[in-house]
Amino acid sequence: MLRIPCPWCGPRDEPEFRWGGEVPLVRPGPPQAVTESAWAEYLFMRDNPKGLVRERWLHTLGCRQWFIVVRNTATHEIQATSALGDPLPEIRP
Amino acid sequence: MRRLWLPNYTYVYTMTHIRTEQSAAMRFSALALARNAASFHENWPQLWRSPTPQSRYDVIIVGGGGHGLATAYYLAKEHGISKVAVIERGWLGGGNTGRNTTVVRSNYFYPESAHFYDFALRLYEGLSRELGFNVMLSQRGMLTIGHSAHHLELLARWVNALQLNGVDGELLNADQVREWLPLLNNSAAARYPLRGGLLQRRGGIARHDAVAWGYARAADALGVDVIQNCEVLGFIRDGERIVGVETTQGQLRAPKIALAVAGHSSVLAAKAGFRLPVTSYALQAFVTEPVKPVLSCVALSMATGVYLSQSDKGELVVGGGLDLYPSYAQRGNLPTLQGVVAGLLELFPCFSRLRLLRQWAGIVDVVHDSTPIIDKAPVSGIYLNCGWGTGGFKAIPGGGFVFAHLLATDRPHKLAEGFTLKRFASGALIDEAAAAGISH
Repeated sequence: MLRIPCPWCGPRDEPEFRWGGEVPLVRPGPPQAVTESAWAEYLFMRDNPKGLVRERWLHTLGCRQWFIVVRNTATHEIQATSALGDPLPEIRP
Repeated sequence: MRRLWLPNYTYVYTMTHIRTEQSAAMRFSALALARNAASFHENWPQLWRSPTPQSRYDVIIVGGGGHGLATAYYLAKEHGISKVAVIERGWLGGGNTGRNTTVVRSNYFYPESAHFYDFALRLYEGLSRELGFNVMLSQRGMLTIGHSAHHLELLARWVNALQLNGVDGELLNADQVREWLPLLNNSAAARYPLRGGLLQRRGGIARHDAVAWGYARAADALGVDVIQNCEVLGFIRDGERIVGVETTQGQLRAPKIALAVAGHSSVLAAKAGFRLPVTSYALQAFVTEPVKPVLSCVALSMATGVYLSQSDKGELVVGGGLDLYPSYAQRGNLPTLQGVVAGLLELFPCFSRLRLLRQWAGIVDVVHDSTPIIDKAPVSGIYLNCGWGTGGFKAIPGGGFVFAHLLATDRPHKLAEGFTLKRFASGALIDEAAAAGISH
Protein backbone atom coordinates (compact mmCIF):
# COMPACT_ATOMS: atom_id res chain seq x y z
CA MET A 1 0.00 0.00 0.00
CA LEU A 2 1.42 3.36 -1.04
CA ARG A 3 0.80 6.44 1.05
CA ILE A 4 0.98 9.35 -1.34
CA PRO A 5 1.38 12.92 -0.08
CA CYS A 6 -0.99 14.88 -2.32
CA PRO A 7 0.28 18.49 -2.53
CA TRP A 8 -3.28 19.72 -1.81
CA CYS A 9 -4.79 17.12 0.55
CA GLY A 10 -1.78 15.64 2.39
CA PRO A 11 -0.95 11.96 2.75
CA ARG A 12 -3.66 9.57 1.50
CA ASP A 13 -3.83 5.86 0.70
CA GLU A 14 -3.11 4.44 -2.72
CA PRO A 15 -6.69 3.48 -3.72
CA GLU A 16 -7.63 7.19 -3.88
CA PHE A 17 -5.19 7.78 -6.72
CA ARG A 18 -4.67 6.90 -10.36
CA TRP A 19 -1.28 6.56 -12.02
CA GLY A 20 -0.87 8.74 -15.11
CA GLY A 21 2.45 7.96 -16.77
CA GLU A 22 6.05 9.16 -16.96
CA VAL A 23 6.94 12.84 -17.26
CA PRO A 24 8.17 14.81 -19.05
CA LEU A 25 6.30 13.59 -22.10
CA VAL A 26 5.92 16.27 -24.74
CA ARG A 27 3.57 15.83 -27.68
CA PRO A 28 5.49 16.48 -30.91
CA GLY A 29 4.07 18.92 -33.42
CA PRO A 30 2.83 20.42 -35.62
CA PRO A 31 0.91 17.29 -36.74
CA GLN A 32 1.85 17.53 -40.44
CA ALA A 33 5.54 17.60 -39.55
CA VAL A 34 5.56 14.62 -37.16
CA THR A 35 7.17 11.47 -38.56
CA GLU A 36 5.78 8.01 -37.85
CA SER A 37 8.75 7.15 -35.68
CA ALA A 38 8.53 10.40 -33.67
CA TRP A 39 4.83 9.71 -33.12
CA ALA A 40 5.57 6.14 -32.03
CA GLU A 41 8.21 7.47 -29.61
CA TYR A 42 5.62 9.77 -28.08
CA LEU A 43 2.78 7.23 -27.95
CA PHE A 44 4.56 4.01 -27.01
CA MET A 45 8.24 4.27 -26.12
CA ARG A 46 9.00 4.70 -22.43
CA ASP A 47 12.07 4.85 -20.17
CA ASN A 48 10.35 2.45 -17.75
CA PRO A 49 13.29 2.73 -15.34
CA LYS A 50 14.06 0.45 -12.43
CA GLY A 51 14.59 3.05 -9.74
CA LEU A 52 13.57 6.68 -9.40
CA VAL A 53 11.11 8.07 -11.90
CA ARG A 54 9.00 11.22 -12.19
CA GLU A 55 5.40 10.51 -12.99
CA ARG A 56 1.97 12.08 -13.08
CA TRP A 57 -0.70 10.98 -10.61
CA LEU A 58 -4.37 12.01 -10.27
CA HIS A 59 -6.08 12.27 -6.90
CA THR A 60 -9.28 10.74 -8.29
CA LEU A 61 -11.15 10.33 -5.00
CA GLY A 62 -9.88 13.57 -3.44
CA CYS A 63 -9.15 16.98 -4.93
CA ARG A 64 -9.14 15.54 -8.48
CA GLN A 65 -5.94 17.41 -9.25
CA TRP A 66 -3.05 16.07 -11.31
CA PHE A 67 0.37 16.39 -9.67
CA ILE A 68 3.93 15.06 -9.92
CA VAL A 69 5.38 12.22 -7.85
CA VAL A 70 9.03 11.15 -7.67
CA ARG A 71 8.82 7.43 -6.94
CA ASN A 72 11.23 4.52 -6.79
CA THR A 73 9.82 1.66 -8.87
CA ALA A 74 12.12 -0.88 -7.21
CA THR A 75 11.28 -0.04 -3.59
CA HIS A 76 7.99 1.94 -3.93
CA GLU A 77 9.56 4.74 -1.84
CA ILE A 78 8.06 8.15 -2.64
CA GLN A 79 10.76 10.79 -2.60
CA ALA A 80 8.82 13.98 -3.39
CA THR A 81 5.58 15.35 -4.79
CA SER A 82 4.85 18.70 -6.36
CA ALA A 83 1.97 20.59 -7.91
CA LEU A 84 1.61 20.43 -11.67
CA GLY A 85 2.50 24.06 -12.40
CA ASP A 86 5.69 24.00 -10.31
CA PRO A 87 9.09 23.17 -11.80
CA LEU A 88 9.63 19.40 -12.06
CA PRO A 89 11.22 18.13 -8.84
CA GLU A 90 14.82 17.01 -9.10
CA ILE A 91 15.57 13.29 -8.74
CA ARG A 92 18.01 12.85 -5.84
CA PRO A 93 20.15 9.79 -6.47
CA MET B 1 22.01 -49.21 -1.09
CA ARG B 2 25.64 -50.07 -1.49
CA ARG B 3 26.49 -46.83 0.19
CA LEU B 4 24.20 -47.68 3.08
CA TRP B 5 25.84 -51.06 3.73
CA LEU B 6 29.33 -49.96 2.98
CA PRO B 7 29.99 -46.31 3.84
CA ASN B 8 33.00 -45.44 1.79
CA TYR B 9 33.83 -41.80 1.19
CA THR B 10 36.11 -42.56 -1.72
CA TYR B 11 33.21 -44.26 -3.41
CA VAL B 12 30.91 -41.30 -2.72
CA TYR B 13 33.49 -38.97 -4.20
CA THR B 14 33.73 -41.14 -7.30
CA MET B 15 29.97 -41.16 -7.70
CA THR B 16 29.87 -37.38 -7.48
CA HIS B 17 32.45 -37.23 -10.21
CA ILE B 18 30.54 -39.65 -12.41
CA ARG B 19 27.32 -37.75 -11.85
CA THR B 20 28.69 -34.66 -13.51
CA GLU B 21 30.10 -36.63 -16.41
CA GLN B 22 26.87 -38.50 -16.96
CA SER B 23 24.51 -35.57 -16.63
CA ALA B 24 23.72 -35.39 -20.32
CA ALA B 25 23.05 -39.04 -20.93
CA MET B 26 20.55 -39.90 -18.20
CA ARG B 27 16.97 -40.36 -19.38
CA PHE B 28 14.09 -40.69 -17.01
CA SER B 29 12.12 -43.91 -17.27
CA ALA B 30 10.27 -46.40 -15.09
CA LEU B 31 13.41 -48.52 -15.15
CA ALA B 32 15.61 -45.63 -14.01
CA LEU B 33 13.12 -44.87 -11.25
CA ALA B 34 13.22 -48.47 -10.03
CA ARG B 35 16.99 -48.59 -10.23
CA ASN B 36 17.38 -45.38 -8.26
CA ALA B 37 14.77 -46.44 -5.73
CA ALA B 38 17.06 -49.38 -4.97
CA SER B 39 19.80 -46.93 -4.00
CA PHE B 40 17.45 -44.66 -2.02
CA HIS B 41 17.44 -42.00 -4.75
CA GLU B 42 20.88 -40.84 -3.76
CA ASN B 43 22.52 -41.35 -7.12
CA TRP B 44 20.40 -39.35 -9.54
CA PRO B 45 22.73 -37.36 -11.80
CA GLN B 46 22.73 -33.56 -11.91
CA LEU B 47 20.23 -32.26 -14.44
CA TRP B 48 22.71 -29.87 -16.01
CA ARG B 49 26.35 -28.90 -15.66
CA SER B 50 27.54 -25.70 -13.98
CA PRO B 51 30.09 -24.71 -16.59
CA THR B 52 32.69 -21.97 -16.38
CA PRO B 53 31.78 -19.34 -18.99
CA GLN B 54 33.83 -19.41 -22.16
CA SER B 55 34.92 -16.08 -23.60
CA ARG B 56 33.22 -16.59 -26.99
CA TYR B 57 29.89 -18.00 -28.08
CA ASP B 58 27.80 -17.95 -31.23
CA VAL B 59 24.76 -16.76 -29.29
CA ILE B 60 24.43 -15.45 -25.73
CA ILE B 61 20.92 -15.60 -24.33
CA VAL B 62 20.30 -13.28 -21.40
CA GLY B 63 17.63 -14.65 -19.09
CA GLY B 64 17.38 -18.22 -17.81
CA GLY B 65 13.62 -18.41 -17.64
CA GLY B 66 11.40 -20.55 -19.81
CA HIS B 67 11.78 -18.42 -22.94
CA GLY B 68 15.58 -18.16 -22.73
CA LEU B 69 16.05 -21.87 -22.04
CA ALA B 70 13.58 -22.93 -24.72
CA THR B 71 15.34 -20.65 -27.21
CA ALA B 72 18.67 -22.30 -26.38
CA TYR B 73 17.17 -25.77 -26.78
CA TYR B 74 15.63 -25.05 -30.18
CA LEU B 75 18.77 -23.27 -31.39
CA ALA B 76 20.73 -26.43 -30.69
CA LYS B 77 18.11 -28.92 -31.79
CA GLU B 78 16.49 -27.25 -34.81
CA HIS B 79 19.40 -25.20 -36.10
CA GLY B 80 22.49 -27.06 -34.94
CA ILE B 81 23.82 -24.01 -33.08
CA SER B 82 25.07 -25.29 -29.74
CA LYS B 83 27.88 -22.86 -28.93
CA VAL B 84 25.30 -21.03 -26.89
CA ALA B 85 25.30 -19.62 -23.37
CA VAL B 86 22.20 -18.91 -21.32
CA ILE B 87 23.16 -16.48 -18.57
CA GLU B 88 20.88 -15.90 -15.62
CA ARG B 89 21.25 -13.33 -12.84
CA GLY B 90 19.62 -15.55 -10.21
CA TRP B 91 18.59 -19.17 -10.50
CA LEU B 92 16.85 -20.92 -13.39
CA GLY B 93 13.15 -20.24 -13.57
CA GLY B 94 13.29 -17.94 -10.53
CA GLY B 95 11.68 -15.00 -12.30
CA ASN B 96 8.29 -15.04 -13.99
CA THR B 97 8.64 -18.72 -14.94
CA GLY B 98 8.39 -19.54 -11.24
CA ARG B 99 5.88 -16.80 -10.47
CA ASN B 100 2.95 -17.45 -12.80
CA THR B 101 -0.23 -19.44 -12.35
CA THR B 102 0.85 -22.21 -14.77
CA VAL B 103 -2.13 -21.84 -17.11
CA VAL B 104 -1.73 -22.91 -20.73
CA ARG B 105 -4.33 -22.15 -23.40
CA SER B 106 -4.59 -20.84 -26.95
CA ASN B 107 -8.00 -19.15 -27.00
CA TYR B 108 -6.76 -15.94 -28.63
CA PHE B 109 -8.77 -13.79 -31.01
CA TYR B 110 -6.70 -12.59 -33.98
CA PRO B 111 -5.25 -15.05 -36.53
CA GLU B 112 -1.62 -14.10 -35.77
CA SER B 113 -2.03 -14.73 -32.03
CA ALA B 114 -4.28 -17.76 -32.40
CA HIS B 115 -1.91 -19.52 -34.77
CA PHE B 116 1.12 -18.71 -32.66
CA TYR B 117 -0.37 -19.66 -29.28
CA ASP B 118 -1.95 -22.81 -30.66
CA PHE B 119 1.47 -23.80 -31.99
CA ALA B 120 2.86 -23.22 -28.49
CA LEU B 121 0.09 -25.35 -26.99
CA ARG B 122 0.74 -28.14 -29.51
CA LEU B 123 4.41 -28.08 -28.50
CA TYR B 124 3.30 -28.30 -24.85
CA GLU B 125 1.22 -31.35 -25.75
CA GLY B 126 4.36 -33.20 -26.82
CA LEU B 127 6.81 -31.55 -24.45
CA SER B 128 7.23 -34.23 -21.80
CA ARG B 129 8.19 -36.73 -24.49
CA GLU B 130 10.33 -34.22 -26.38
CA LEU B 131 12.37 -33.28 -23.31
CA GLY B 132 12.26 -36.63 -21.52
CA PHE B 133 11.03 -34.70 -18.51
CA ASN B 134 7.51 -34.75 -17.12
CA VAL B 135 6.11 -31.22 -17.34
CA MET B 136 2.86 -32.52 -15.82
CA LEU B 137 0.65 -31.02 -18.51
CA SER B 138 -2.96 -31.42 -17.42
CA GLN B 139 -5.44 -30.43 -20.15
CA ARG B 140 -8.33 -30.16 -17.78
CA GLY B 141 -10.13 -27.42 -19.72
CA MET B 142 -10.16 -23.64 -19.53
CA LEU B 143 -13.60 -22.21 -18.84
CA THR B 144 -14.28 -18.49 -19.29
CA ILE B 145 -17.46 -17.54 -17.44
CA GLY B 146 -19.89 -14.96 -18.83
CA HIS B 147 -22.13 -13.08 -16.40
CA SER B 148 -24.29 -10.90 -18.66
CA ALA B 149 -25.93 -10.74 -22.07
CA HIS B 150 -22.99 -8.64 -23.24
CA HIS B 151 -20.52 -11.23 -22.07
CA LEU B 152 -22.41 -13.88 -24.01
CA GLU B 153 -22.17 -11.77 -27.18
CA LEU B 154 -18.44 -11.32 -26.63
CA LEU B 155 -18.03 -15.05 -26.01
CA ALA B 156 -19.97 -15.92 -29.17
CA ARG B 157 -17.75 -13.58 -31.20
CA TRP B 158 -14.69 -15.04 -29.54
CA VAL B 159 -15.70 -18.65 -30.16
CA ASN B 160 -16.38 -17.82 -33.82
CA ALA B 161 -12.85 -16.48 -34.12
CA LEU B 162 -11.44 -19.59 -32.45
CA GLN B 163 -13.24 -21.91 -34.81
CA LEU B 164 -12.27 -19.86 -37.88
CA ASN B 165 -8.65 -20.04 -36.72
CA GLY B 166 -8.84 -23.79 -36.21
CA VAL B 167 -8.54 -23.59 -32.43
CA ASP B 168 -10.86 -25.69 -30.29
CA GLY B 169 -13.50 -23.79 -28.37
CA GLU B 170 -17.15 -24.22 -27.60
CA LEU B 171 -19.94 -22.19 -26.07
CA LEU B 172 -21.59 -23.52 -22.94
CA ASN B 173 -24.97 -22.52 -21.62
CA ALA B 174 -25.55 -21.78 -17.93
CA ASP B 175 -26.55 -25.37 -17.11
CA GLN B 176 -23.42 -26.74 -18.73
CA VAL B 177 -21.22 -24.28 -16.84
CA ARG B 178 -22.94 -25.31 -13.62
CA GLU B 179 -22.01 -28.92 -14.28
CA TRP B 180 -18.38 -27.91 -14.69
CA LEU B 181 -18.41 -25.55 -11.69
CA PRO B 182 -20.92 -26.78 -9.14
CA LEU B 183 -19.50 -24.51 -6.43
CA LEU B 184 -19.96 -21.31 -8.44
CA ASN B 185 -22.38 -18.89 -6.77
CA ASN B 186 -25.65 -19.71 -8.45
CA SER B 187 -28.09 -17.98 -6.11
CA ALA B 188 -30.64 -15.46 -7.30
CA ALA B 189 -28.82 -12.81 -5.26
CA ALA B 190 -25.42 -13.47 -6.88
CA ARG B 191 -23.73 -10.24 -7.78
CA TYR B 192 -22.28 -11.88 -10.90
CA PRO B 193 -24.98 -14.23 -12.15
CA LEU B 194 -24.01 -17.20 -14.27
CA ARG B 195 -25.12 -16.87 -17.91
CA GLY B 196 -22.80 -19.08 -19.94
CA GLY B 197 -19.23 -19.78 -20.81
CA LEU B 198 -16.52 -20.54 -23.31
CA LEU B 199 -14.67 -23.80 -22.91
CA GLN B 200 -11.32 -24.66 -24.43
CA ARG B 201 -10.88 -28.33 -23.57
CA ARG B 202 -7.21 -28.33 -24.54
CA GLY B 203 -6.46 -25.57 -22.05
CA GLY B 204 -5.14 -26.46 -18.62
CA ILE B 205 -2.07 -26.22 -16.46
CA ALA B 206 1.52 -27.47 -16.51
CA ARG B 207 4.26 -27.65 -13.90
CA HIS B 208 6.12 -24.35 -14.34
CA ASP B 209 9.43 -25.38 -12.73
CA ALA B 210 9.50 -28.57 -14.76
CA VAL B 211 9.23 -26.57 -17.98
CA ALA B 212 12.34 -24.55 -17.08
CA TRP B 213 14.23 -27.56 -15.75
CA GLY B 214 13.27 -29.79 -18.66
CA TYR B 215 14.45 -27.25 -21.24
CA ALA B 216 17.63 -26.55 -19.24
CA ARG B 217 18.48 -30.23 -19.03
CA ALA B 218 17.73 -30.89 -22.69
CA ALA B 219 19.69 -27.81 -23.84
CA ASP B 220 22.62 -28.78 -21.60
CA ALA B 221 22.62 -32.26 -23.12
CA LEU B 222 22.98 -30.66 -26.56
CA GLY B 223 26.03 -28.69 -25.43
CA VAL B 224 24.48 -25.38 -24.30
CA ASP B 225 26.20 -23.69 -21.33
CA VAL B 226 23.60 -22.80 -18.71
CA ILE B 227 25.25 -20.28 -16.39
CA GLN B 228 23.51 -19.13 -13.22
CA ASN B 229 24.44 -16.28 -10.86
CA CYS B 230 25.69 -14.32 -13.86
CA GLU B 231 24.27 -10.81 -14.06
CA VAL B 232 24.69 -8.55 -17.09
CA LEU B 233 26.37 -5.31 -16.01
CA GLY B 234 26.70 -3.76 -19.47
CA PHE B 235 27.30 -4.35 -23.15
CA ILE B 236 30.59 -4.46 -25.07
CA ARG B 237 30.58 -2.35 -28.22
CA ASP B 238 32.58 -2.40 -31.40
CA GLY B 239 31.59 0.86 -33.05
CA GLU B 240 27.81 0.81 -33.45
CA ARG B 241 27.58 -2.90 -32.89
CA ILE B 242 27.09 -4.81 -29.64
CA VAL B 243 29.59 -7.67 -29.56
CA GLY B 244 29.33 -9.01 -26.04
CA VAL B 245 28.23 -8.59 -22.47
CA GLU B 246 30.06 -7.51 -19.36
CA THR B 247 28.90 -9.78 -16.54
CA THR B 248 29.62 -10.56 -12.92
CA GLN B 249 31.52 -13.59 -14.27
CA GLY B 250 33.61 -11.62 -16.74
CA GLN B 251 33.36 -10.67 -20.41
CA LEU B 252 31.43 -12.93 -22.76
CA ARG B 253 31.46 -12.21 -26.48
CA ALA B 254 29.07 -13.28 -29.22
CA PRO B 255 27.90 -11.82 -32.53
CA LYS B 256 24.29 -12.28 -31.38
CA ILE B 257 22.94 -11.30 -27.96
CA ALA B 258 19.38 -12.43 -27.27
CA LEU B 259 17.37 -10.73 -24.53
CA ALA B 260 14.63 -12.83 -22.91
CA VAL B 261 14.27 -10.92 -19.66
CA ALA B 262 10.53 -10.07 -19.52
CA GLY B 263 9.93 -7.21 -17.07
CA HIS B 264 13.59 -6.18 -17.11
CA SER B 265 13.70 -5.65 -20.90
CA SER B 266 13.68 -1.85 -20.55
CA VAL B 267 16.56 -1.97 -18.05
CA LEU B 268 18.83 -3.88 -20.43
CA ALA B 269 17.63 -1.83 -23.41
CA ALA B 270 18.70 1.32 -21.55
CA LYS B 271 22.16 -0.17 -21.01
CA ALA B 272 22.37 -0.81 -24.76
CA GLY B 273 21.08 2.67 -25.61
CA PHE B 274 17.53 2.21 -26.87
CA ARG B 275 13.98 2.34 -25.55
CA LEU B 276 11.10 -0.13 -25.80
CA PRO B 277 7.31 0.24 -25.83
CA VAL B 278 7.26 -1.75 -22.60
CA THR B 279 5.96 -0.86 -19.14
CA SER B 280 6.77 -3.17 -16.23
CA TYR B 281 4.03 -4.03 -13.78
CA ALA B 282 3.72 -6.43 -10.88
CA LEU B 283 1.27 -9.28 -11.51
CA GLN B 284 0.22 -11.04 -8.34
CA ALA B 285 -1.04 -14.50 -7.56
CA PHE B 286 -1.62 -16.53 -4.45
CA VAL B 287 -2.46 -20.01 -3.24
CA THR B 288 -4.78 -21.19 -0.50
CA GLU B 289 -4.18 -24.01 1.91
CA PRO B 290 -4.68 -27.40 0.24
CA VAL B 291 -8.14 -28.98 0.17
CA LYS B 292 -9.68 -32.04 -1.44
CA PRO B 293 -10.60 -31.75 -5.15
CA VAL B 294 -13.19 -28.98 -5.55
CA LEU B 295 -12.43 -27.59 -9.00
CA SER B 296 -11.94 -29.63 -12.14
CA CYS B 297 -10.90 -26.98 -14.67
CA VAL B 298 -9.26 -23.57 -14.94
CA ALA B 299 -12.04 -21.02 -14.40
CA LEU B 300 -11.93 -17.35 -15.35
CA SER B 301 -14.61 -14.76 -14.65
CA MET B 302 -15.13 -12.08 -17.30
CA ALA B 303 -16.63 -9.69 -14.76
CA THR B 304 -13.94 -9.77 -12.12
CA GLY B 305 -10.89 -10.88 -14.08
CA VAL B 306 -10.26 -13.44 -11.34
CA TYR B 307 -9.13 -16.88 -12.43
CA LEU B 308 -8.27 -20.01 -10.51
CA SER B 309 -7.33 -23.64 -10.74
CA GLN B 310 -6.55 -26.35 -8.23
CA SER B 311 -3.02 -27.68 -8.07
CA ASP B 312 -2.17 -31.35 -7.72
CA LYS B 313 -1.35 -30.64 -4.09
CA GLY B 314 -4.90 -29.36 -3.58
CA GLU B 315 -4.09 -25.67 -3.25
CA LEU B 316 -6.29 -23.22 -5.12
CA VAL B 317 -4.05 -21.09 -7.34
CA VAL B 318 -5.68 -17.70 -7.84
CA GLY B 319 -4.77 -14.67 -9.93
CA GLY B 320 -6.34 -11.48 -11.24
CA GLY B 321 -5.39 -8.21 -12.88
CA LEU B 322 -2.21 -6.19 -12.83
CA ASP B 323 -1.19 -3.87 -10.03
CA LEU B 324 -2.22 -0.35 -10.94
CA TYR B 325 1.15 1.33 -11.49
CA PRO B 326 4.59 0.31 -12.81
CA SER B 327 6.79 -1.63 -10.44
CA TYR B 328 9.95 -3.70 -10.28
CA ALA B 329 9.24 -4.85 -6.72
CA GLN B 330 8.48 -8.57 -6.94
CA ARG B 331 5.84 -8.52 -4.24
CA GLY B 332 2.68 -6.71 -5.34
CA ASN B 333 0.49 -4.40 -3.32
CA LEU B 334 -2.35 -5.08 -0.93
CA PRO B 335 -5.26 -3.21 -2.61
CA THR B 336 -4.97 -5.34 -5.76
CA LEU B 337 -4.77 -8.52 -3.68
CA GLN B 338 -7.89 -7.48 -1.76
CA GLY B 339 -9.72 -6.83 -5.02
CA VAL B 340 -8.86 -10.28 -6.33
CA VAL B 341 -9.95 -11.95 -3.09
CA ALA B 342 -13.22 -10.00 -3.11
CA GLY B 343 -13.86 -11.11 -6.68
CA LEU B 344 -13.04 -14.71 -5.84
CA LEU B 345 -15.51 -14.76 -2.94
CA GLU B 346 -18.30 -13.23 -5.04
CA LEU B 347 -17.85 -16.18 -7.40
CA PHE B 348 -17.17 -18.90 -4.84
CA PRO B 349 -18.54 -17.84 -1.42
CA CYS B 350 -17.71 -21.29 -0.04
CA PHE B 351 -13.98 -20.50 -0.26
CA SER B 352 -14.28 -17.73 2.34
CA ARG B 353 -12.82 -19.89 5.13
CA LEU B 354 -9.73 -20.89 3.20
CA ARG B 355 -6.53 -19.27 4.38
CA LEU B 356 -3.93 -17.97 1.95
CA LEU B 357 -0.63 -19.76 2.25
CA ARG B 358 1.56 -17.80 -0.12
CA GLN B 359 1.35 -14.67 -2.23
CA TRP B 360 3.87 -13.49 -4.81
CA ALA B 361 4.31 -11.24 -7.82
CA GLY B 362 6.25 -11.34 -11.06
CA ILE B 363 7.33 -8.30 -13.06
CA VAL B 364 5.65 -8.48 -16.44
CA ASP B 365 6.52 -6.61 -19.65
CA VAL B 366 3.29 -5.01 -20.83
CA VAL B 367 2.93 -3.54 -24.32
CA HIS B 368 -0.08 -1.64 -25.61
CA ASP B 369 -1.49 -4.34 -27.85
CA SER B 370 -0.71 -7.33 -25.57
CA THR B 371 1.24 -8.96 -28.41
CA PRO B 372 4.87 -10.03 -28.01
CA ILE B 373 7.92 -8.55 -29.69
CA ILE B 374 10.17 -11.11 -31.43
CA ASP B 375 12.48 -8.94 -33.46
CA LYS B 376 15.92 -7.46 -33.91
CA ALA B 377 16.60 -4.51 -31.64
CA PRO B 378 17.30 -1.02 -33.02
CA VAL B 379 20.91 -1.62 -31.94
CA SER B 380 22.86 -4.05 -34.10
CA GLY B 381 23.74 -7.38 -32.47
CA ILE B 382 20.78 -7.52 -30.07
CA TYR B 383 17.64 -9.61 -30.53
CA LEU B 384 14.45 -9.19 -28.53
CA ASN B 385 11.98 -11.61 -27.00
CA CYS B 386 9.65 -9.54 -24.81
CA GLY B 387 6.19 -7.99 -24.52
CA TRP B 388 4.51 -11.15 -23.25
CA GLY B 389 2.79 -9.18 -20.53
CA THR B 390 0.60 -11.35 -18.36
CA GLY B 391 0.77 -14.41 -20.62
CA GLY B 392 4.36 -15.52 -21.11
CA PHE B 393 4.20 -18.97 -19.54
CA LYS B 394 1.73 -20.47 -22.00
CA ALA B 395 3.90 -19.20 -24.87
CA ILE B 396 7.24 -20.65 -23.73
CA PRO B 397 7.70 -23.48 -26.26
CA GLY B 398 6.42 -21.33 -29.14
CA GLY B 399 8.37 -18.25 -28.06
CA GLY B 400 11.57 -20.24 -27.82
CA PHE B 401 10.96 -21.90 -31.19
CA VAL B 402 10.33 -18.70 -33.19
CA PHE B 403 13.05 -16.75 -31.36
CA ALA B 404 15.58 -19.47 -32.15
CA HIS B 405 14.50 -19.24 -35.80
CA LEU B 406 15.08 -15.48 -35.83
CA LEU B 407 18.49 -15.86 -34.17
CA ALA B 408 19.61 -18.63 -36.51
CA THR B 409 18.35 -17.25 -39.81
CA ASP B 410 18.02 -13.49 -39.21
CA ARG B 411 14.50 -13.76 -40.59
CA PRO B 412 11.28 -13.88 -38.57
CA HIS B 413 9.53 -17.23 -38.31
CA LYS B 414 6.29 -17.30 -40.30
CA LEU B 415 4.27 -17.52 -37.08
CA ALA B 416 5.97 -14.40 -35.66
CA GLU B 417 6.02 -12.14 -38.71
CA GLY B 418 3.60 -9.72 -37.09
CA PHE B 419 5.46 -9.55 -33.79
CA THR B 420 7.77 -6.74 -34.86
CA LEU B 421 8.96 -3.62 -33.15
CA LYS B 422 8.10 -1.49 -36.18
CA ARG B 423 4.39 -2.19 -35.78
CA PHE B 424 4.30 0.55 -33.16
CA ALA B 425 5.27 3.08 -35.85
CA SER B 426 3.37 1.53 -38.78
CA GLY B 427 0.19 1.04 -36.77
CA ALA B 428 -0.09 -2.68 -37.58
CA LEU B 429 -0.86 -3.51 -33.95
CA ILE B 430 -2.37 -6.87 -33.08
CA ASP B 431 -4.64 -5.58 -30.36
CA GLU B 432 -5.21 -8.83 -28.57
CA ALA B 433 -7.89 -8.22 -25.96
CA ALA B 434 -8.14 -11.97 -25.41
CA ALA B 435 -4.52 -12.00 -24.27
CA ALA B 436 -5.49 -11.41 -20.67
CA GLY B 437 -8.54 -13.61 -21.09
CA ILE B 438 -10.84 -10.84 -19.90
CA SER B 439 -12.51 -7.92 -21.64
CA HIS B 440 -10.45 -4.80 -21.00
